[in-house]
Amino acid sequence: MAANANVIETPKPQTITVAYEHPLAVRIAHWLNAVAVLVLITSGLRIFRAFPSFGPKIPQQNFWVPPPGITLGGWLAGALQWHFTFMWIFVGSGLTYVIYQVVTGHWRQVLFLPRDVKGVWPMARHYFLFGKKPAVEAAYNPLQKLAYTSTIFFGAVSFLTGLVMYKPVQFWWLAWPMGGYHFARIWHFVAMCGFVAFIPGHLIMVLLHGWNNFYSMITGWKRDPEYLD
Amino acid sequence: MPDEQQDRRPQQAQSEESAPESQQSADQNPRQEPAQPEKLSLRSGPAGEEIRDVTSRERGRINRRELLKLLPVVAVGAFAIPRLREPLLMDGLHFSDWAAGKLFGRHRLAQTFSNSAVVPFERFPYNYYDVVDPDVDLEHWTLTVEGLVQRPGEYKLAQIQAFPKVVQNTRHVCVEGWDVIGNFGGTRASDFLRGIGADLTARYLEVECADGYYESIDMETVLHPQTLFCYEMYGQPLDRGHGAPLRLQMPTKLGYKQAKYLNTVRVTNVLKGGMRGYWEDQGYDWFGGL
Repeated sequence: MAANANVIETPKPQTITVAYEHPLAVRIAHWLNAVAVLVLITSGLRIFRAFPSFGPKIPQQNFWVPPPGITLGGWLAGALQWHFTFMWIFVGSGLTYVIYQVVTGHWRQVLFLPRDVKGVWPMARHYFLFGKKPAVEAAYNPLQKLAYTSTIFFGAVSFLTGLVMYKPVQFWWLAWPMGGYHFARIWHFVAMCGFVAFIPGHLIMVLLHGWNNFYSMITGWKRDPEYLD
Repeated sequence: MPDEQQDRRPQQAQSEESAPESQQSADQNPRQEPAQPEKLSLRSGPAGEEIRDVTSRERGRINRRELLKLLPVVAVGAFAIPRLREPLLMDGLHFSDWAAGKLFGRHRLAQTFSNSAVVPFERFPYNYYDVVDPDVDLEHWTLTVEGLVQRPGEYKLAQIQAFPKVVQNTRHVCVEGWDVIGNFGGTRASDFLRGIGADLTARYLEVECADGYYESIDMETVLHPQTLFCYEMYGQPLDRGHGAPLRLQMPTKLGYKQAKYLNTVRVTNVLKGGMRGYWEDQGYDWFGGL
């Protein structure tokens, strides 16, 4: 004791700086959505497999037959069960997220606006061509905003086109702006492709940014956030 | 214990991002001297994130608490448990059916089309689950009417055709994802059921078919003005493949609800043997509405 007291005169508690980055509503919405999107894409591909075309039944010309290995549900009815269950989770968590962002004003951090356009290329050059990292003075850089805003757009398109496919008689008025009933199925597929394009990029960025960043989407708190360096 | 309380109090008070910054750091670490002034100068992130200096014990406590709050998400993991999966998916399906029933507008009409939009007869697919032609004896065929009706019994095709004929160009939508616009003619189901004194407050119309197929339809849809006991397609009597001599035709329902080769219709509140429909009993949704 006496010896120690000589070395350390006044023991100070070691502190860690943490920042609350992701509110609970956002985290819950994020993870429910992550599961729902995965289920909806894989079960959706199984549904598509039942008639893998965008044309007429007679004569049928297949567009692309999804291999069973990337599908969920085992057969059409099974896939529909997954789809009709998780569509509620998807829409529920999506609406929760959007309403939360609007009410709290957080949408300003994430929404991609025309003024962000000029920042996309420098950021893309940094990511893909190893250019210099542009100074980031906001919570999300322009490329991130573009990516995150796109997913909201894909989600909205999936939801509205899904409504038209699911209940075309009840939502007949929704079909018109998307180019008619048959286009609902096409746009639904295109929106799915949008998610499929987003997910690998998102996962790679998460991997590159490490555990601390990933963990913050679980607990909300990020240790030693980069903007305090 | 007092330590713990001290830790907690400021955390709860500061759940708002806008808490005064200087006060916040002072409250939170009463014992800590401003050891790192350069860090303490910025007390919120670029987007107003709340920033705290915590000990590793405090951080562990915060993280555990936040993890607990995510438990609702973990509940979704129940779908990964085989024993729970089936009932959960059935719940999802039944909830969707319930919502679909609520959405259904009894007087909202399905879109009708001009003759030029109708697909040629040769390109209207034959759909069947077993045989395309169950060999119905068209000469001696009668429709058996049972259940909650004042005049049950055997009805000849001519008796059904005695009601006003409705002809409509409507879309036939298959659950697989394709659709065709066809021309259909028949008697309104509501006209026929009224004519035979059916109890229109009953819940279902059950039908049985010559090929063993069976279906049940909610009464709301049965009474929809576009729901037909269909005996004609493209101006000709139904051919055998399309369900001769009588089939259901409901532009507000998916194809698998449009039973063909009708033998028996039954007005009922309880489905016979709990059987809801050939495909529905294997996992397709019962309402099947559009």
